[in-house]
Amino acid sequence: MQDDVVIRVIAKVMIPAVMLFALYVQFHGDYGPGGGFQAGVIFAAAFVLNAMIFGLNRGRHVWPTGLNLLAICAGVLLYGLTGIASMLLGANYLDYDVLGATPQSGQHIGILLVEFGVGLTVASVMVALFFTFAGRLTHIRLMAKMQVHEEADQRKTKRKAKSTKKRARK
Amino acid sequence: MSGFFVNAALISLLTLIAFLAIRLHRLFAVVMLSGAFSLVAATLFVVLDAVDVAFTEAAVGAGISTILALATLSLVPANEKPHDFAFVPAFLAFATAAMLAVAVADLPVFGDVNAPIHNHVAPDYLQGSAEDIAIPNVVTSVLASYRGFDTLGETVVVFTAAIAVLLVLGGWTRRK
Amino acid sequence: MSNLIAHWNYFLVIALMMIGFYAVIARGNMVKKMVGLTIFQTSVFMLYISMGKVANGTAPILTGDATTLYANPLPHVLILTAIVVGVATTAVGYALIIRVYESYGTIEDDELIKIIEAEENAEASNA
Repeated sequence: MQDDVVIRVIAKVMIPAVMLFALYVQFHGDYGPGGGFQAGVIFAAAFVLNAMIFGLNRGRHVWPTGLNLLAICAGVLLYGLTGIASMLLGANYLDYDVLGATPQSGQHIGILLVEFGVGLTVASVMVALFFTFAGRLTHIRLMAKMQVHEEADQRKTKRKAKSTKKRARK
Repeated sequence: MSGFFVNAALISLLTLIAFLAIRLHRLFAVVMLSGAFSLVAATLFVVLDAVDVAFTEAAVGAGISTILALATLSLVPANEKPHDFAFVPAFLAFATAAMLAVAVADLPVFGDVNAPIHNHVAPDYLQGSAEDIAIPNVVTSVLASYRGFDTLGETVVVFTAAIAVLLVLGGWTRRK
Repeated sequence: MSNLIAHWNYFLVIALMMIGFYAVIARGNMVKKMVGLTIFQTSVFMLYISMGKVANGTAPILTGDATTLYANPLPHVLILTAIVVGVATTAVGYALIIRVYESYGTIEDDELIKIIEAEENAEASNA
């Protein structure tokens, strides 16, 4: 799809808009429909679109696998640590009342943090799923190539062994 | 009343799509129909006042889910082996449907305000979200605050699923 | 008759559920099974959301008006998370299908059973 000018130009315009919309859904979730789950999936959709149009390698370049794994873990950790923070401040686990000056503002902070954790995990999980599924074909080809090389190497070593034997006989 | 007809028409369309999807043998068509199924389901969720759910279904069901299914079809054969009509499973499905239909007759009427489900914890959530948490979207306040443990569990399930897929397909082998 | 109209959603949910159920137990193709599972899953979502609907109500986003009727938010929360978890578990299913195909060269149930039985017989005769 890289050669199609229309798709490339439209994608370049769309991707930032999709990401911005995801952020809106994420942080406006208290007031309108939205929240971490939806925002995460929409944010991931931008990366999936990018990888589909410009190729998997460029997609991986934009959002490296190591960083992705870190983000998956960081989201869950942020959620759990918000609970720990409210425990350290003297309330129950995941009881956000104590996080702010008033119970209401505490709840706001808690919900924002927790939703951000959910969004981070869901977005990076969806990107990881797509990259893994799409990367499988390249992986299979790579493995086949490696096998060919290995067989060639084995043949070479056998030939060497033969020639040394011959030399020894002489 | 018009809302009811839209709802009835959409859920009938949904049943039709599902029926076609399991009858076809070309798996590309099946996957595309399941994407259409998700999109119609999302529309139906809007009619049923579940905007947050509709949002998620449209993004996940029609988007990511279809892409994953297509990615799978690029690696496995895209045609199903033709099968004869299976009588025993069909009979089982019909019998289960009959039993469920008998049970459904006892459910409260669709949209009834006095149904038990609306008088248990839901009024507390609606009131509490306005007073204790002070955010207008009740779904978010129930999701993140009242049922925070639940959502933590769900996030861990998503995390675990990603780890499982990476282990199965990630292609990380030990260097020899 | 009035009963049929009053429970129309529930009856069609049952129809959807059984279509999915049939696809899961009768179809030998694994991708087809996964699609059946998705249909089954969505029918359960539909059942929950139908129960949460209130006639003449609106979405559970507070308007500040005391007379407004709201749909029940609890089923929405449960299903919202269930959808995302559903796609994550479906992805695990597809991943396993790909691995099965790479190892055995088929994704049809009956062919797979034949191959595995043949392998077991070969092992038994070797030993």
